[in-house]
Amino acid sequence: MSTTFEPASSATAGSTPKTATYLPSPEDAPSPTPRTNLGQLPLEDRFLTWGARFAAIAIAWVITQQLMPWHGLGWFLVVAALANVVVLAVGTSVTGSNVAVSDRVAQWLFSTAAVIVFVALGSVIVYVLKQGWPVLHHLNFFTHDMTGVGTQDPLDKGGILHAIIGSLIELAIASAIALPLGIGTAVFMNEIGGRFAKVVRTVVEAMTALPDILAGLFIYTVWILALGFPRSGLAAGLAITVMMLPIIARASDVVLRVVPGSLREASLALGASRWSTVWNVVLPTAKSGLATALILAIARGIGETAPVLITSGNATFVHVDPTSGVMNSLPLYIFTAARSGIEVQIQRAFGAAAVLLVLVLVLFSTARYLARPPSNKPSPLRRLRALTRSVARRRTASSTPVEELS
Amino acid sequence: MFAQTFRAVGASVLVITGGIGVFLAYQSVPTLRHYGLGFFTTRDWNPGSDVIGIAAVLVSTVVIALVALVIAFPLALATALYITEYAPPRLRATLVAGVDLMAAIPSIVYGLWGFFLVMPHAAELSVFLQRTFKPLLVHGLARDLIVTVLVVALIAGLAMRYLARVRSRWSLLPFGIAALALLALAPLLTVVDADPNAPVLDMTRYTRSAFIAGVVVSMMVMPMACSVIRQVFSQTPPGEKEAALALGATKWGMIRTVVLPFGKGGIIGGTMLALGRALGETMAVVMIVSPEFVIKGRILEIGAQSVASLIASEFGEATGIQLSALLAAGFVLFVITLAVNTVAAMVVNRSRSGAETG
Repeated sequence: MSTTFEPASSATAGSTPKTATYLPSPEDAPSPTPRTNLGQLPLEDRFLTWGARFAAIAIAWVITQQLMPWHGLGWFLVVAALANVVVLAVGTSVTGSNVAVSDRVAQWLFSTAAVIVFVALGSVIVYVLKQGWPVLHHLNFFTHDMTGVGTQDPLDKGGILHAIIGSLIELAIASAIALPLGIGTAVFMNEIGGRFAKVVRTVVEAMTALPDILAGLFIYTVWILALGFPRSGLAAGLAITVMMLPIIARASDVVLRVVPGSLREASLALGASRWSTVWNVVLPTAKSGLATALILAIARGIGETAPVLITSGNATFVHVDPTSGVMNSLPLYIFTAARSGIEVQIQRAFGAAAVLLVLVLVLFSTARYLARPPSNKPSPLRRLRALTRSVARRRTASSTPVEELS
Repeated sequence: MFAQTFRAVGASVLVITGGIGVFLAYQSVPTLRHYGLGFFTTRDWNPGSDVIGIAAVLVSTVVIALVALVIAFPLALATALYITEYAPPRLRATLVAGVDLMAAIPSIVYGLWGFFLVMPHAAELSVFLQRTFKPLLVHGLARDLIVTVLVVALIAGLAMRYLARVRSRWSLLPFGIAALALLALAPLLTVVDADPNAPVLDMTRYTRSAFIAGVVVSMMVMPMACSVIRQVFSQTPPGEKEAALALGATKWGMIRTVVLPFGKGGIIGGTMLALGRALGETMAVVMIVSPEFVIKGRILEIGAQSVASLIASEFGEATGIQLSALLAAGFVLFVITLAVNTVAAMVVNRSRSGAETG
């Protein structure tokens, strides 16, 4: 506004007094003194950091390749890491005090540990996917079961369809039971409360860390020993239910606890019943959190091997009736195939493990996506639309001078 | 009506989850009556000759869990510190997700990874350790002497600190001596009943050991401890941290004087949670160890068995008395893990309420 106004006033003010308002423009500001960047290390520290890294690699090469008979990448990395910290400490002590040295060493320690942890995580994922890849090429791995497939048959025969279907059925049973019970318990602990709710909460919390094999033992003693049912997919589903129930209940409890009380009060004040309040206000508010709880519990349940090992028996064919007859599932298949000691079977185990790992990864990222904090950033779709719009606008803006030139 | 319905749901969940302990206890009564205390002191597992006990299995379980903790605890603590204090803010959410993902990976996948990828390398490490520490072994009289010093120093140190309430720096001296004694005894752990300098190494002696099982289990329990510790660290009051920095403390000085004391409860509680999980870990141990019912300190050597893996591997063929003995073993495992987890939860909750900020 002011910039359009100013020239007009100065143009007409050839004879006006010199008291005309002068608006400072950004160019008139005195050039600022360079501000110290507090978020960055000083130059000499950065030099030390990188210098120590290069020196460490060189020292490690000299020690492992020339001086000592320690060959292999593992030794090289260990020696390089140790050389790195020694050079860092010596270098810091030249200019700094003991305090500075211990600060540098501590930083090295924590970052190295983090690197170790994430390298381990990466190696699990990469190794399993890499070993499973040759098997995943074969389409029949997903569409066939192991009926009539000999133990030494090549990979283009047989597959894990029965294990995938078994896993899905068992998980469906477990989710169908554990979800209403778990959320119901969370509602009970939050909306009703009291001393009994405290007892329930304590027991549920204690049970989340229960060894998985005990869930299998429990279902085995109750369902198979005491009630006399056979080993079946249903029994395995129940065992997974026992594993998932405390996880869902505890996670939903945490989610429901953060539903604002004012929402509840508003609903009740409008005359809604408590049922209606829970059903129409509390649960919808916590929807995404509850979905996350369920998905994380499923991700846990899908990989449970020990309870299934005890309760489901082991089948080599597609079996869809969970109430009778043995049933296979992904983790159980992996376990039996890996223990067989036959090369082809171990490859199949890795293939199934890769499938399981991908499933867990997908479930996990879905849960994280649902549970992400509500951000002010527009959604990717809207950002894309805004981008195309701005590009289009720029094109029309830039097209005019081009036309003028031509 | 509303209250009753949900109370019933809560009660049913209580019955289901609480029923685990009750049923296992009920099922283990016949076994405990049959074998009495011998069930806890017998080392063998011979259902054929009616000799059944879990002494060796219990010791092995604890050994595997301790190996796992010795590796997992420093990693969890350091990673938690890295994520809360050192990592660039943009990376932080990704790192947290990575640790959570590590906890979500199924144990059978860790088992495969441990058996096929880690075990060969860990076995080589075992050979290296045995070769290196063999000359440092202490034998006979010297060993007895060191053990005596260790015990005396420990008792003296504990008595000074907690009975006589000596709070000076000198009261830490006995603990230092005890630590030195432990260090002198540590090479004993690297003994393997095989010659490391033999022309043809018998590598099978170094595989399928409690050590390797512990290494794999450590990767499974680390994320649990790490996420608990990280959560407690992230609740450190920023004002206290800034005060320390404003007084001229380095980052490490700030961590040492503010973050670590504040998160003490979380560190202890998270580590105990990891211990509870390590004690009950099943599939990775089943896949890696070669079953053996012996109490031994030679952790690098083949052969071990934990309670959970005993149940998983013997269950298929078990009938009659062996089945009921397995259920009793399961009950013992239940009691141990429940006790560890409850104490851990209490410690974590107390630290979260800020009672231990001092």
